[in-house]
Amino acid sequence: MKSKAKNVVNYIIFAGITTMVFLTVVIIPFLYGVYLTLTDWNGIEATKKYIGIRNYISILNDSTFLYSFTLTLKYVFFSVLFINLIAFLLAYLLTSGIKGQNVFRIALFTPNLIGGIVLGFIWQFIFNNTLPYIGQKIGLGLISNSWLASPQKAFWALVIVTVWQYSGYMMMIYIAGLVGIPQDIIEASTIDGAGQLTRITRIILPLLAPSFTVSVFLSLQRSFMVYDLNLALTKGGPFRSTELVSMHVYSEAFLSQNYGIGQAKAIILFITVAIITSIQVYLSKKAEVEA
Amino acid sequence: MSKKVYKDYIKFFIVFLISLLYILPFIAVIINSFKTTNDIMANPLSLPTKFSVSNYIKAAEKMTYLRGFLNTLIITFFSIGGIVVFSAMTAYLFVRKKWKLNRLVFSLMIASMIIPFQAIMIPLVKIYGTLNLLNNMWTLIYMYWGFGAAFAVFMYHGFIKGIPYELEEAAYVEGATEFQTFWKVVFPLLKPVTTTIVILDGLWIWNDFLLPSLILISAEKRTLQLSTFYFYGTYTADYGLAMAALILTITPIIVVYLILQKNIINGILKGAIK
Repeated sequence: MKSKAKNVVNYIIFAGITTMVFLTVVIIPFLYGVYLTLTDWNGIEATKKYIGIRNYISILNDSTFLYSFTLTLKYVFFSVLFINLIAFLLAYLLTSGIKGQNVFRIALFTPNLIGGIVLGFIWQFIFNNTLPYIGQKIGLGLISNSWLASPQKAFWALVIVTVWQYSGYMMMIYIAGLVGIPQDIIEASTIDGAGQLTRITRIILPLLAPSFTVSVFLSLQRSFMVYDLNLALTKGGPFRSTELVSMHVYSEAFLSQNYGIGQAKAIILFITVAIITSIQVYLSKKAEVEA
Repeated sequence: MSKKVYKDYIKFFIVFLISLLYILPFIAVIINSFKTTNDIMANPLSLPTKFSVSNYIKAAEKMTYLRGFLNTLIITFFSIGGIVVFSAMTAYLFVRKKWKLNRLVFSLMIASMIIPFQAIMIPLVKIYGTLNLLNNMWTLIYMYWGFGAAFAVFMYHGFIKGIPYELEEAAYVEGATEFQTFWKVVFPLLKPVTTTIVILDGLWIWNDFLLPSLILISAEKRTLQLSTFYFYGTYTADYGLAMAALILTITPIIVVYLILQKNIINGILKGAIK
């Protein structure tokens, strides 16, 4: 009995604060949030009625949400694809022993030090002022007008800035992977007469599978959650055409004060991210084992 | 010229061009931060005609830069401090004692890592609002402890598993308590993970926008990210000022990066492989 009491004291000393904070900041709000989606709470009145899954059904008919949701999927797809392509290319070039590779690594990582708000404003200036100025001077129609004024181009502006922001980070992950590949395997393949392309596709890429798992997972997660970059670069505009899901949830809850529906949309986001990242991790783990 | 050298030149050139693309936006902002708004409108590519820091002085004043900087510093410092201290102790207990409760809480933490912040923010604001705890820096710090706990415990857990128990036994023989043993023997060995956690969480908390924007309501409590956001919204038309504000906001982190870049890059690499 005495040792049981000692265990309790030990738990409280070592894990008490973490457990309390974790429960009160993450778990309880999350569970309470799931409950809120089943009510008609508007955030102001103290009373809320239990309405079952009606919020979820109404979301299915909410065209602005469906638009924002599909747009987010499209945004995530292109961002993750280009982030990882460019990150791998950069990592490959920066581990090949060229001059000044450390300086390049430091430079390419810089955007990740800075918050999305500032990055968004920096690029807002580039898209609104610098590029149109260049476009008009040299007569290049593509950039003569601000990209942020057209729904189509504003979407690509978001993708470009996202790729610019994260490719340096994911590059670091690929560098860590590439550096970890034993040099003798590479040498052996060269002796066996493998060309550069064969070496990349047959040896380097399979051995790099764990880096792909991590990097694709992180870029998926981050682009699904993007909020501050979206807010600072386009504010969701023009005409809500670039409002990604995070921003949509925010405005539904805090601006339109539909808390029940807003929270239900957040839960749908959670389920989507959970499903997509689990599938991705499962598939890439399988690829790792086979490699 | 040999083929290998020739190839290296091409590679160097490609990387150089890409790196330029990564740096040019910053350079554009720096150049324009020294110009008047009229000069920027006339030509955003021209160099400043005279070197004047008046934009910086005015921007710093209008965005109450010093206060924002101090607020951010305090929030980041205490958030990281709490995450490191509490998570390290928790992970140690979880590794050394295989109690059912420990396994339960640990699995709950791992599972919670896939919950996006958006799925928590609405009830979070509701609950802490009802308790009258919003608009308080310490509430924000407390929340960072909660949001940072899972990842930090996970990282420490992985590292502590590799530390041989014999080291601690010696301390027990000499009559040290578990608390003392942890702080005197184990914690110093955790330095590499601690560095990684400090860097990753430091970047996250210093640059975070959404959570502080929900918690900190009054202007004098704003972090740098928040003051930049509100300042930029008010002064969008005054480009010179706005550019100076952006540079002011990013300067502290760039300075720290230039001083500690080796540690920062290593910390990120270690955090990436986990």
